[in-house]
Amino acid sequence: MKSAVIVFPASNCDRDAATALEQITGSKPAMVWHGDADVPDADLIVLPGGFSYGDYLRCGAMAAQSRIMRDVKDKANKGVAVLGICNGFQILTEAGLLPGVLLRNTGLKFVCRPVEMVVEESQSAFTRAYQNGERVRFPVAHGEGNYFADDATLDRLEGENRVAFRYAPSDNPNGAARNIAGILNERRNVLGLMPHPERACDPRLGSTTGRPLFESLIESLA
Amino acid sequence: MSAITPDIIRAHGLTFDEYSRIERLLKREPNLVELGVFSVMWSEHCSYKSTRAHLRRLPTKGPQVIQGPGENAGVVDIGDGDVVVFKMESHNHPSFIEPYQGAATGVGGIMRDVFTMGARPIAMMNALRFGAPQHPKTRHLVSGVVAGIGGYGNCMGVPTVGGEVNFHPAYNGNILVNAMCVGLARADKIFLSAAKGAGNPVVYVGSKTGRDGIHGATMASAEFNEDSEEKRPTVQVGDPFTEKLLLEACLELMATDAIIGIQDMGAAGLTSSSSEMAAKGGAGIELDLDHVPQRESNMTAYEMMLSESQERMLMVLKPGREAEAERIFKKWELDFAIIGQTTDTGRLVIKHKGAVVADMPVDALSEEAPVYERPYTRKAKLLPLDSRTVDDTRPPLVSLLRLLQSPDLCSRRWIWEQYDHSVMADTVQAPGGDAAVVRVHGKTKAIAITTDVTPRYCRADAFEGAKQAVAEAWRNLTAVGAVPLAVTDNLNFGNPERPETMGDIVASVDGIGEACRALSFPVVSGNCSLYNETNGEAILPTPAIGGVGLLRDVRHMATIAFKSEGESIILIGETRGHLGQSLYLRDIDGREEGPPPPVDLANEKRNGDFVRSLIEARRADTVHDVSDGGLLVAIAEMAMASGIGAQLSMPDDGIAALFGEDQARYVLTVGEKRAAAILADAKRAGVPARIIGTTGGADLVLPNGDKLMIARLRNAHEAWFPLYMSGDPV
Repeated sequence: MKSAVIVFPASNCDRDAATALEQITGSKPAMVWHGDADVPDADLIVLPGGFSYGDYLRCGAMAAQSRIMRDVKDKANKGVAVLGICNGFQILTEAGLLPGVLLRNTGLKFVCRPVEMVVEESQSAFTRAYQNGERVRFPVAHGEGNYFADDATLDRLEGENRVAFRYAPSDNPNGAARNIAGILNERRNVLGLMPHPERACDPRLGSTTGRPLFESLIESLA
Repeated sequence: MSAITPDIIRAHGLTFDEYSRIERLLKREPNLVELGVFSVMWSEHCSYKSTRAHLRRLPTKGPQVIQGPGENAGVVDIGDGDVVVFKMESHNHPSFIEPYQGAATGVGGIMRDVFTMGARPIAMMNALRFGAPQHPKTRHLVSGVVAGIGGYGNCMGVPTVGGEVNFHPAYNGNILVNAMCVGLARADKIFLSAAKGAGNPVVYVGSKTGRDGIHGATMASAEFNEDSEEKRPTVQVGDPFTEKLLLEACLELMATDAIIGIQDMGAAGLTSSSSEMAAKGGAGIELDLDHVPQRESNMTAYEMMLSESQERMLMVLKPGREAEAERIFKKWELDFAIIGQTTDTGRLVIKHKGAVVADMPVDALSEEAPVYERPYTRKAKLLPLDSRTVDDTRPPLVSLLRLLQSPDLCSRRWIWEQYDHSVMADTVQAPGGDAAVVRVHGKTKAIAITTDVTPRYCRADAFEGAKQAVAEAWRNLTAVGAVPLAVTDNLNFGNPERPETMGDIVASVDGIGEACRALSFPVVSGNCSLYNETNGEAILPTPAIGGVGLLRDVRHMATIAFKSEGESIILIGETRGHLGQSLYLRDIDGREEGPPPPVDLANEKRNGDFVRSLIEARRADTVHDVSDGGLLVAIAEMAMASGIGAQLSMPDDGIAALFGEDQARYVLTVGEKRAAAILADAKRAGVPARIIGTTGGADLVLPNGDKLMIARLRNAHEAWFPLYMSGDPV
């Protein structure tokens, strides 16, 4: 499986994503500069976590306008898998590739801790190695992870089984609507989620429940 | 008529003697720009004029030390061509005036000190001291400082992995924010700050220069009074986004060999970076301020030289490499400007709008800065506390519950959950343990990091207190299984012009020196913050120690949580029941009396080396050092971290045995069958060791049968901070 990680100014989980991808897929991803015109041929494009453009204006707003995003959108529309983690999820919503927005956490503070989630939808390229209802535990680390959309959008996401991950009801770290942690686009080739699966791939870090996400991609795309 | 009036001299924080010295060195009267440059270079903050004579006594060498004090940070060998680069630095004065920006720029400043040496920062720690919880400003300061540290560190993508926090009324008017950064580099790729040669380009990179932070170093070298709030304009504003770009751009350029010397622009900005680089390289520097990237219009030479705008670096490049360097900084959308060149004159010459506006010998600014042997008095040793005066009728578990929910011992989760401690995906021991542990990326070895000092001990006896701070840092590293390598120190004190304060400084340096020598734990970097005093009220002496150790194999690492039921609980070290200056005495008995627990460095070393050998041999993976609060608190922390209870069985279960803060002690647990062999080995090594109980159940059970549910301990331990910060009355 060929993958690419986009590097925006002040992306800071680009290396973490690359490390997890290399360990699990066996090959190094291409690191792609935000100012480039094209993403090299890849089965998976990752928009990593971080503070692209310092979170200035709105989280992800400026990165969504960067040059490389035109090609990311084109490729997403052609069916290439795109995974946005944390700031990457924020960029995907700002770019219009996923519905809704990520608001400030209801606690008004940055929160970093492992959270328990439920896999809601295992029928996707990103989640096929999980079982529906399986409990997983990834760390979150964000100040703006409170997923919000109007009720009609939320109903539609749920009706179309596009909520991939939900926080366990007692463990919602940010006040996200309907405990939503991660969603798919209509075509199910774009996933955005706030928690960090790439920080949950190594027993030394306390959880390996992020690995199946990358293993799903190998199964689906290789 | 002279342009420099006595008022101007005073406003620059210089004494008249110092001013005369400047005139002698220049052989003429300085102009205002020169006076400004001298005033910051000779400030306590930059010149260490009160402490320099004493700091020379610290041990700074060892086979592991690659770079000791004197550079931007210390460098220590960790094998395989890898080195760790680290330093701790204070941002106390600005954080009191403007907590968010003060703390944020403290983090930014210490990170620059580390990456300017060619290291990628891999972990941040911080040591914080606040006033009494009841004080009306405390909540605001805690909330601002924590948000500032998180706001900067989180954006940088460097995990903040731990630290320490104390509350005490002595910090009501002067909080302490000490930030430590640890970076990783290759031994053959370390960058130093010396500007060498003549005719080499001097290059400015990073953010533009504005009017912020002018005279920050001078502000940090004076006491506060009622008007300290008015000093807000001297606090800088941080931009972590720019710093992240600067970090990546610098590391990218450092992968080439274009750099001769590089230094961050920290306190006293362009002034200190240019003159220190020139002094270290024995060169002169000529700057043309017309080329300095400016954020504001019509800036004067004085303002540009004294601005403390953040996220800036000064470099001397090899001639002909400018274009290559510029390409990298332009790619990262940062300013890049050639603002001068090195010379062979030994002078710092500053030009602005075609005229020379300052011309000073570099030596006069650095080497010739005043050094003071300030008079000092040492405090008399305190008489031992008469333990019969301690009420021993209080039920220990009730006291334990109170201690666990006290401001100094309660869980710091509210703080560290606001820090991204898992970014970089190498944090193998998160906050809450004895030391944080961060893996060397892609390898099996790891770095252990801790910050320690117990200010109430230092107030009672500065020498023993400083020894204890070093010993506790060494013990915390040992308790996770690391070999302690070296320390950075951050000496926070009041006004050194008071003989009692100066006495505490001298005693602390001696205490640190004695402990570091005995434990082969040299000082490789550090920082002094003096004048932490408001209206004559000084802080507690607070010589914070940042310790770094090496875990050769991260699989052989201990944590504090009990691992399973039915294990023997072993206490290593001798319990004498020292209650003087203990938390029990202060928070339960309501007294801060007696001397602090003495530290026997030979015992420390013997007991610690024994514990480490057990962890390295994989004979123990559950270890906790005994410190604040004593034995019962240590056991409760191990139980709370796991949810597994403990049944204690030792015969001595009086207040002094349970809550005394005797040093050189560890609690560890091992399978019952392995306990006897460990006790036998301890005996052979001359290490006191005995079984004091068994893990298991849902309660903490004392030898007399009293018990308390672990869940209750946990609730009490977790409750205080969030309740307090939500505005609950204390």
